[in-house]
Amino acid sequence: MRETPLTSWHRQQRAKMMEFGGFLMPIEYGSGIIQEHAAVRQKVGAFDVSHMGEFLVWGENGGAFLDYLVTNQPSALEVGQALYTPMCYPDGGTIDDLLIYRLEPHRFMLVVNASNIEKDWQWVREVATHYPDVELRDMSEEMGLIAVQGPLAPSLVQQLVDFNLSDLVYYHARHMLWGTSRVLVSRTGYTGEDGFELYADNEVLLAIWEKVLELGAQPVGLGARDTLRLEARLPLYGHELSQEITPLEAGLGPFVKLNKDDFVGKAALVNQKAQGLKRRTVGLTVEGGIARAGYPVVAVPAGPQIGQITSGTKSPTLDHAIALALVNVELAKIGTPLYVQVRGREIPATVVKTPFYRRPAQS
Amino acid sequence: MHFPDDLQYTRDHEWLDQEGRVGITAFAQDSLGDVVFVELPEVGATVNAGDAIGVIESVKSVSDLFSPASGRVSQVNESLLDKPELINQDPYGEGWIFRLDDAVAGEVLSREEYEKEVEGK
Repeated sequence: MRETPLTSWHRQQRAKMMEFGGFLMPIEYGSGIIQEHAAVRQKVGAFDVSHMGEFLVWGENGGAFLDYLVTNQPSALEVGQALYTPMCYPDGGTIDDLLIYRLEPHRFMLVVNASNIEKDWQWVREVATHYPDVELRDMSEEMGLIAVQGPLAPSLVQQLVDFNLSDLVYYHARHMLWGTSRVLVSRTGYTGEDGFELYADNEVLLAIWEKVLELGAQPVGLGARDTLRLEARLPLYGHELSQEITPLEAGLGPFVKLNKDDFVGKAALVNQKAQGLKRRTVGLTVEGGIARAGYPVVAVPAGPQIGQITSGTKSPTLDHAIALALVNVELAKIGTPLYVQVRGREIPATVVKTPFYRRPAQS
Repeated sequence: MHFPDDLQYTRDHEWLDQEGRVGITAFAQDSLGDVVFVELPEVGATVNAGDAIGVIESVKSVSDLFSPASGRVSQVNESLLDKPELINQDPYGEGWIFRLDDAVAGEVLSREEYEKEVEGK
């Protein structure tokens, strides 16, 4: 199993460790997932997310290549800007969802899910064969990633960086120096809070981590990362997205630019939209139990299955059960009553607006 | 980790006391993490030792609750419906789960045996 530059630190802290995406990762530290979740919502938490993969893409045609590779439009990024995008197979099924940064006019960085690094790398290289001047490098083994998330993240990270953080707006990134090492400071995250992600060389990651904690961030594991992202309705590959689920079905239409030039999956997605979606991802609140990934969803008790849960938990912020489900589109309207089959029982659920949690407006 | 002397234990990490009360051990609650939902057995149900008669859900996991003894369910801890976290906070006290009348223990371990069982885990 792979490790990150912080794995021995997590072990020393007696974190509960589990395999995730081929890496041994901390799930929670001593105080439990609910407390760690609250720390991010109310203060600031730090996550080791070094398992994520990073690919560099450069060359004169880098932008054109990426516009063909993914569904969003990286060529439209300014230098120092980032975007979120699905990446699809020709049939519209999703290979992965990723972030793309434009670091320089002809230099981009792709950030991919840990469990998909090998698959994505193969795919990206295959598509790149049509773009002979585009160069690729897999940086995943050399690069670590720390996320600092929560309402106190800006004042904390300001103490680390040598520029004014108020100049760094959402979905933008800028380099800073840590000693002689360049660190990419990105205003992005996966929690629904304001926050930053710090991409750094493995060699300096532990020093940055310790500094972030010394400045007051609490270490938070992947358990709370999952409940935080679910409250914010952020998709998780393998749950809301997969080879069998298109980004349109997952509700990611705004990140699919059907009007741009040809891209992988375009014909299938254009066609799916023209025919009308048959199923769609919805948010549910659930009564009398917790709906978990894979549980069947029905419209009436003992009726035929009309969908399934893709992610579900008890929301620590709202203190009731929430879930995302992929359901037949005629049952996807807000307010529709549904039932989830839980161990042979059927418990009531209601389609609700998402996100389940939205951070309060900044004062 | 604390394992009271006067309880009997199972390899599935339940405890049984002399009055037929059942709960899960400190080791079990720590491994599960924050408990957020409990499905209790039905009062009046007749159960056999080893039966899965309830469910304990933590934030991340769903686990069966096995009965350490045969008998008839005479009481369930309804406080757990609103406060499942009692299982984490007080696993041998307020976090008890159900009670059996005429309990006949199945395969159970003493404190020493159970401690050996979970040692190093």
